[in-house]
Amino acid sequence: MITLRNLTKTYGDTVAVRDLSLDVRAGELLVLLGTSGCGKTTTLKMINRLVEPTAGTVLIDGRPHAAVAPVELRRSIGYVFQGIGLFPHMTVGENIGIVPRLKGWEPARRTRRIEELLRLVNLPAASKDRKPAALSGGQQQRVGVARALAAEPAMMLMDEPFGALDPLTRAALQEEYQAIRTRLNITTIFVTHDMTEALLLGDRIAVMDEGRLIQTGTPRELLTDPTNAYVERLMTTPRTQAEQLDRLMGKA
Amino acid sequence: MTPFQEQLQNLPAYLGGHLRLVLVSLTAGTLVSVPLGILASRHARLESLVVGTAGIIQTIPGLALLAIMVPLLNRIGTAPALLALTLYSLLPILRNTVVGIGEIDDNILEAGRGLGMSDGQLLRMVQLPLALPVIVAGLRTSTVWVVGIATLSTPVGATSLGNYIFSGLQTRNNTAILFGCVAAAALALVLDAIIHGGETGLREGKKWRTGFAAAGGVAVIVLALLLGTGGAGQGAENRAALRIGGKPFTEQYILMNFLSDWMGRENTFDTRQVTNLGSTVAFDALRQNQIDLYVDYTGTLWNMEVKNTAMPTDPDSLLRRLSQILQRRYGVTIGATLGFENAYCLAMRSAQARTLGVESIRDLSRYAPDLVMGGDVEFFGRPEWPRLKNTYHLRFRATRTMDAVLMYAAVRDGQVDVISAYTTDGRIAAFDLKILRDPGQVFPPYDAVVLLSPEAARDSAVVRRVRQLNHTIDADLMRRMNMRVDQERESPEQAGGELYRRILGESTAGGS
Repeated sequence: MITLRNLTKTYGDTVAVRDLSLDVRAGELLVLLGTSGCGKTTTLKMINRLVEPTAGTVLIDGRPHAAVAPVELRRSIGYVFQGIGLFPHMTVGENIGIVPRLKGWEPARRTRRIEELLRLVNLPAASKDRKPAALSGGQQQRVGVARALAAEPAMMLMDEPFGALDPLTRAALQEEYQAIRTRLNITTIFVTHDMTEALLLGDRIAVMDEGRLIQTGTPRELLTDPTNAYVERLMTTPRTQAEQLDRLMGKA
Repeated sequence: MTPFQEQLQNLPAYLGGHLRLVLVSLTAGTLVSVPLGILASRHARLESLVVGTAGIIQTIPGLALLAIMVPLLNRIGTAPALLALTLYSLLPILRNTVVGIGEIDDNILEAGRGLGMSDGQLLRMVQLPLALPVIVAGLRTSTVWVVGIATLSTPVGATSLGNYIFSGLQTRNNTAILFGCVAAAALALVLDAIIHGGETGLREGKKWRTGFAAAGGVAVIVLALLLGTGGAGQGAENRAALRIGGKPFTEQYILMNFLSDWMGRENTFDTRQVTNLGSTVAFDALRQNQIDLYVDYTGTLWNMEVKNTAMPTDPDSLLRRLSQILQRRYGVTIGATLGFENAYCLAMRSAQARTLGVESIRDLSRYAPDLVMGGDVEFFGRPEWPRLKNTYHLRFRATRTMDAVLMYAAVRDGQVDVISAYTTDGRIAAFDLKILRDPGQVFPPYDAVVLLSPEAARDSAVVRRVRQLNHTIDADLMRRMNMRVDQERESPEQAGGELYRRILGESTAGGS
């Protein structure tokens, strides 16, 4: 379980995140939703101390995370990056095995784990010895997900992980990740600015605007009972798209 | 022996010396600049400071940087050369380390940190491997530079392929020059290919290529350790070798070889030559006992070491005063006066002098505004030059500085009209030049003297042997010897040997 208490981050005069409090329940997928620049990535980075909060605390299973060394903390939390960030000089296998290596796993155990993960994210076993540059965008992000899962973390932070992919690949990856995290019971915070993605993936959605948390609720709650005009406007797009699709289907 | 074989003989010593200079300075340069580059890539202020400083070092001409190191370290030989070359190698490696690390995509660095790498792990596992091709490119640039600039370590007393080039230029031995240039260029290409092969082989996982480069690297190191280092300790049990110095021009090459024969043959002295030393370098080395004897000239010594006091114009009083001053200040002894003077003089084509009716420098003042004056590299900076202009009211149309080697041909071919010549130079007769009289006694006496280091002066056997050389070589003899090398293509060794035989003959003839 992840608890954010009165988190604030300021850069000089600009406030990136303002007094944000939020509980993420064990095993759930919580979407942080908002337009770009609303503070969702900063919030995510404060959880694994890539960014240190100006004020407030983060509790992980009830313990303040500031008590854990940043390096240890990060090795225990899976992270999928917006820019994927695979290491171009390492093979796919070496990329996936990096956190187990940092944690000092035996080579044999690492190799077994790498092969297991390749199967889990639907990559051919032969891709293990290839360089990331030889893979397609979708395959690269599969490696990114596998790398984050490698050391069996209980928590995952995902920063717009599927943003740059084509719709078909994106849908496939969304579905696959849903299956994986449900099966392994991984607590996930998923950052996106895509309303449809948020509604399809999230157990709950936390809407942010200008560094503030506006509303937290299930997709149904947000659709039926938006707190304010901003949330309502955000929900309009997927709703309109759904109605248009319905009409198309009806005509066909 | 063909000229080519003659040069080939020196290759082990010169190539070995060159390789050692290059390998040691590149290794030191890499060990300094890679960590410095890593630090600089983390602190923007340090980066501009460090890269700026290395850049300034780079703008110092190679020869000057090498020369500065001699007074700085207070010694000649390998140490100043290594320091200068190491400094010279820094910039490309340093800059490429900073650039290579700075160019890495932020997404990749954030991924490394976000996955839990410490700063050290990020550096080792991500930053250095990704920057390596760029750093190696810097190392390759440094290698090519250092191989080239190492040829300039000859004048500070370190043996290198530059020995071919410097001696070749001075004695106009084109085979030697070509030999040195080709050898240095080949060495640069070979080292570059080895580094390149090693790096790409490793990166692309090509085993044969990596193996080939590794074998090449080992071969180069073995060569550096073996070439020209054998036999150094031989015959030195009783007495350390007598180190005979010389400056880089024909007369000095001949006299150095002559002194080696004179001190070495039929005698107990072991001799070693330290050639191509710059003027001040040679004297500094002597007073610090890094060489034991060499020939210098009274006027030069006065200008260099006494400076501020007016120079006596009479040769004998100059010699006396100088002898006292050198002894008192530096413990340096004048062991013998050879008997000839190699003075500066002004010379012009005899035909032109006849046409204009010029006999002395005084006659020249009228024609100077139409004439071009050529001087060797130090002439226009010497105190004689302003004195000469004032005394004789000389105002030339233009003055040109050039190497002494080219100066004589330039006046012969009419590219200049008057030159600063040396009185013992064989080319004065060979090119039909006329030495102009100096009625105002502007040019000081330049009697050739054998100088002894403080240590050598304490060895009575050395002192006795050198003293026998008093007044044994007159200007005519010296000029003929210079001619043999400059015009008749003899080697300085041959001419030095010939000089030795003549003087030996005279001294035994005189003694019987």
